[in-house]
Amino acid sequence: MLQPRSIQSTLGIRDKILSLDFVLVISILLLGIISMFAMYSTDGGEFKYHTNSHILRFFVFFGMFFIVSFISIRFWHETSYLIYIGVFILLLGVKYFGLTSSGSKRWLDLYFMNLQPSELMKIGLILFLAKYYHRISIEGINSFRYLLLPITVLIAPVILVATQPDLGTSILIAAGGIIVAWLAGVRAKFFTISALAMLALLPIAISFLKPYQKSRILTFLNPERDPLGAGYQIIQSKIAIGSGGLFGKGFLNGSQSYLDYLPEKHTDFIFTLFSEEFGFFGSLFILLLYSLILSRIIRIGHMTRSNFGKLYCYSFATAFFIYVAVNMMMVLGLLPIVGSPLPIMSYGGSSMMSIMFGLGIVMSCKIYKDVPVN
Amino acid sequence: MLSPGSGNTVIKSKLISRRMFLITAAKAVVMVGLVGRLISLQINQATKYKSLSDKNRFREWKLAPERGAIKDFFDTKIASSEPLYQLHLVPENAKDLDNLFVRLKAILNITDRKVSYLKRVIKKQKPWEPVIVSENLNWSDFSRINLFLHELEGVEPIVSVARTYPDNSSAHILGYVSQISTKDLQTKEYLKDLAVPGMAIGKTGLERKLDEQIIGKVGYQRYEVNAFGKRIREIKIDEGQAGKSFKTTLDYEVQKYTNELLKDKAAAVCVMDVYNGDIVSLVSSPTFEPNEFVHGLDKAYWNSLIKNDKKPLANKALSGLYPPGSTIKTLVALSALENKIIRPLDTFRCKGKIELYGEKFHCWEKDGHGIVNLRKGIQRSCDVYFYEVARKLGVDRLSATAKRFGLGKKVLKDFIEERSGVVPNTKWKKKFIGQNWYLGETLHSGIGQGYFQSTPLQLCLMTAQIANGGFEIKPRIIVEGKNDNLRNYLKHKNENPNEPLPTDLLVSNFNLKPLFKNQEHINLIKDAMFSSSNEPGGTSYRHRFENPKFTFAGKTGSSQIKRFTEAQREAEVKQENLPYKDRDHALFVAFAPYKNPQYAISVLVEHGGSGGKAAAPIAKKVIKKVLERHELRRSIKNQIGESV
Repeated sequence: MLQPRSIQSTLGIRDKILSLDFVLVISILLLGIISMFAMYSTDGGEFKYHTNSHILRFFVFFGMFFIVSFISIRFWHETSYLIYIGVFILLLGVKYFGLTSSGSKRWLDLYFMNLQPSELMKIGLILFLAKYYHRISIEGINSFRYLLLPITVLIAPVILVATQPDLGTSILIAAGGIIVAWLAGVRAKFFTISALAMLALLPIAISFLKPYQKSRILTFLNPERDPLGAGYQIIQSKIAIGSGGLFGKGFLNGSQSYLDYLPEKHTDFIFTLFSEEFGFFGSLFILLLYSLILSRIIRIGHMTRSNFGKLYCYSFATAFFIYVAVNMMMVLGLLPIVGSPLPIMSYGGSSMMSIMFGLGIVMSCKIYKDVPVN
Repeated sequence: MLSPGSGNTVIKSKLISRRMFLITAAKAVVMVGLVGRLISLQINQATKYKSLSDKNRFREWKLAPERGAIKDFFDTKIASSEPLYQLHLVPENAKDLDNLFVRLKAILNITDRKVSYLKRVIKKQKPWEPVIVSENLNWSDFSRINLFLHELEGVEPIVSVARTYPDNSSAHILGYVSQISTKDLQTKEYLKDLAVPGMAIGKTGLERKLDEQIIGKVGYQRYEVNAFGKRIREIKIDEGQAGKSFKTTLDYEVQKYTNELLKDKAAAVCVMDVYNGDIVSLVSSPTFEPNEFVHGLDKAYWNSLIKNDKKPLANKALSGLYPPGSTIKTLVALSALENKIIRPLDTFRCKGKIELYGEKFHCWEKDGHGIVNLRKGIQRSCDVYFYEVARKLGVDRLSATAKRFGLGKKVLKDFIEERSGVVPNTKWKKKFIGQNWYLGETLHSGIGQGYFQSTPLQLCLMTAQIANGGFEIKPRIIVEGKNDNLRNYLKHKNENPNEPLPTDLLVSNFNLKPLFKNQEHINLIKDAMFSSSNEPGGTSYRHRFENPKFTFAGKTGSSQIKRFTEAQREAEVKQENLPYKDRDHALFVAFAPYKNPQYAISVLVEHGGSGGKAAAPIAKKVIKKVLERHELRRSIKNQIGESV
């Protein structure tokens, strides 16, 4: 049953390449190429700053994806805690040395790029908890002693990010951590109790929200409340998507976006732009592509032998799904505008880096699927 | 070491897979939800969102239509829409605004004040919204700008259309146009769909009366705009429709001539065709420059208009109210004849004044006219004769005749500035003043003073209806088809001297309304007016024409501003020696030629003194001018299908 370790650990580069999940690789590449066209359209049909920089980033991080893939899963298992600690230090760094832009402090100036460590924390937390739950025995999982550390490593970065302030990302980070715990077998009762506790604390939390955050939530509940202010984004996004119809307005013909009615069209609302230009069928194609990527990740999780790999792949798949679902529900007017990028499609280096890194580890699980991690 | 027990690992792995299965099921549900939402937005509600998107995308700008022209009777345009050269500046296209203004100042005549005003406007509006540097450039400035255009980035020469008037001779009757005000929008129904910012609408005169039809249909210009309202490109343009043009009964040549005659006087002249009521000329003086109103009025000019004592903005022919003075004597005499109060040869003795209940009523001729009958009464304008006639007639019968001849009511339709005046009687005084009528007031009414108020247009109509033999005519200023019943009737009568039909039946066959009981009475009045103008002793004898082609019959009048005191009367103070403001208004009404009347005229000169001295000479000149153009005018009439 167990294959000798030596065989797997001495995989040649050719073997590694051949054992890549090509469906996944091609899906990612396809999505990347689509995102380049979308970005080209946001630039009004010209190769301007956003398009050029998006293309460059995609290929740089796509390359990184392969490098991460080819490094043994054992290495990633061993460095999990370190990665988490490293990202956490970066988050602290943001707090003291971060760049402030439109009222929130999210970025570190690394000279060649502005890094958003909160995006990396999405993967860092999953890695940390996957390793943690991989190590403790099934009996210990629900004992209070073993819950303490997970809660701490989850809460600490969430609070740091939420106070940047970046509510959206902090919720997405928390979602990733909770999923790992759920998958590892933490009792449903515990989640129920936590949820109730959260609900009880909600009024207090709301009192800490910034006025603009409150207004976003109220606006979500009733977008027509302030059609030119906070509700503007949701209304314009729905108009753009709805007016796309079945087949869309055609490439470079999205009037909502090129006449600047669409806000944040490079980042959070890139799907809106695509949907306006390519209509229902185009949107459906994007959804199918994301579904394909998800199913491949789940398949790899299923194939990989180590529980670390399984936990990681399943959690990453779920987190990835949540990112996609939250972004789409947001632009479709089903969720408040919380500011979450669409994986791979949206403009943004840190998000791209984090997703490609996460996918790289998934692929490493595939290549080293039979390698025991400890 | 290997995991403490591979059994533990397997159990764990099974647990993970089980829970993952649950999550995957949840994901599928969410995915279905997303697809459902897409179906709802992009398929079910696509139409709604498409129209919302278009509403975002397109913005329509209204285009002001070209105003229709107003032409005189000979098709000369007296108000037209002419090309206008403007200079616009789009700030965002200009590289260096300060530099640009320096260049513009060198090329055009722009004041520093204007420049600082423009800079303030630019600051207030969006950078792509044009500002108007110059509203109305002359051709040489415009071509100079075009020559230097390559070095004036951001500047756009624009050709537009604007109301233009050839001169100011017809300013009052045409009225003027200027920018729509909020009050116009509230009160004028037709402007609801029409209003274009900056569009000029008619404010007075014909421009106002005809506004609804002359203004035209608004065009649209559809642009694609971005979220900030900037025009990206033009999608569609609908030029709209130019307004209807109108032909008037006015004679531009006579207008110019009369306007020149009245220069520097506060005066009004009205000339009317006696058979169809066509207004040949209607001039009020001093006039104003209507072109100045089109592009926002210059403040200094406006002040000079409203501070002028001679009231250049008022149309004195329509809205000036003056006691008709002795011109009313024609109607007093007619009324007395019709009511069988007097016979033409009944006489009174004029000793210069009469006394009634202790009050003295003076004749203008201090020494009196002696024995006076009707003809002499009108010829010399003897006040005492008319005091006596009025006393016998009574004010109520006089007022009925005066109203029948068009006094006391509006003559034209839809001229807001026209006033109806007053024809007093006992009921009127009770109603409006709340007092009983005194006999003394009847005497004043008999010479057209007291409560009597009339406009020069009404006096002209009155004279025209006497001149045409006593038939009602409806004055008009817009040519709308034929209007020649009275001429046809006269022609018919001339050609059929032995017409068997009784006159009243014949008259109604021609759709005419006689204003008399016995036409002979009208002829008596006409004859008396002839003597007043053409026989020695007549009040306007000095200004007669010997040539029968121009011979006119008229009646002078003066409306009193201030009562003469006994002292002034004793001292024989002359009107010319009174202060300007205290002098009487001079009036003169006439028709010409006497033998075959064609036109009636009324002349008013404010504070001109006596009618014979101030008004009659003007009437004489205008009558000559009008009669000289009579053949020409009739030939036009033939062209548009009317018989002589």
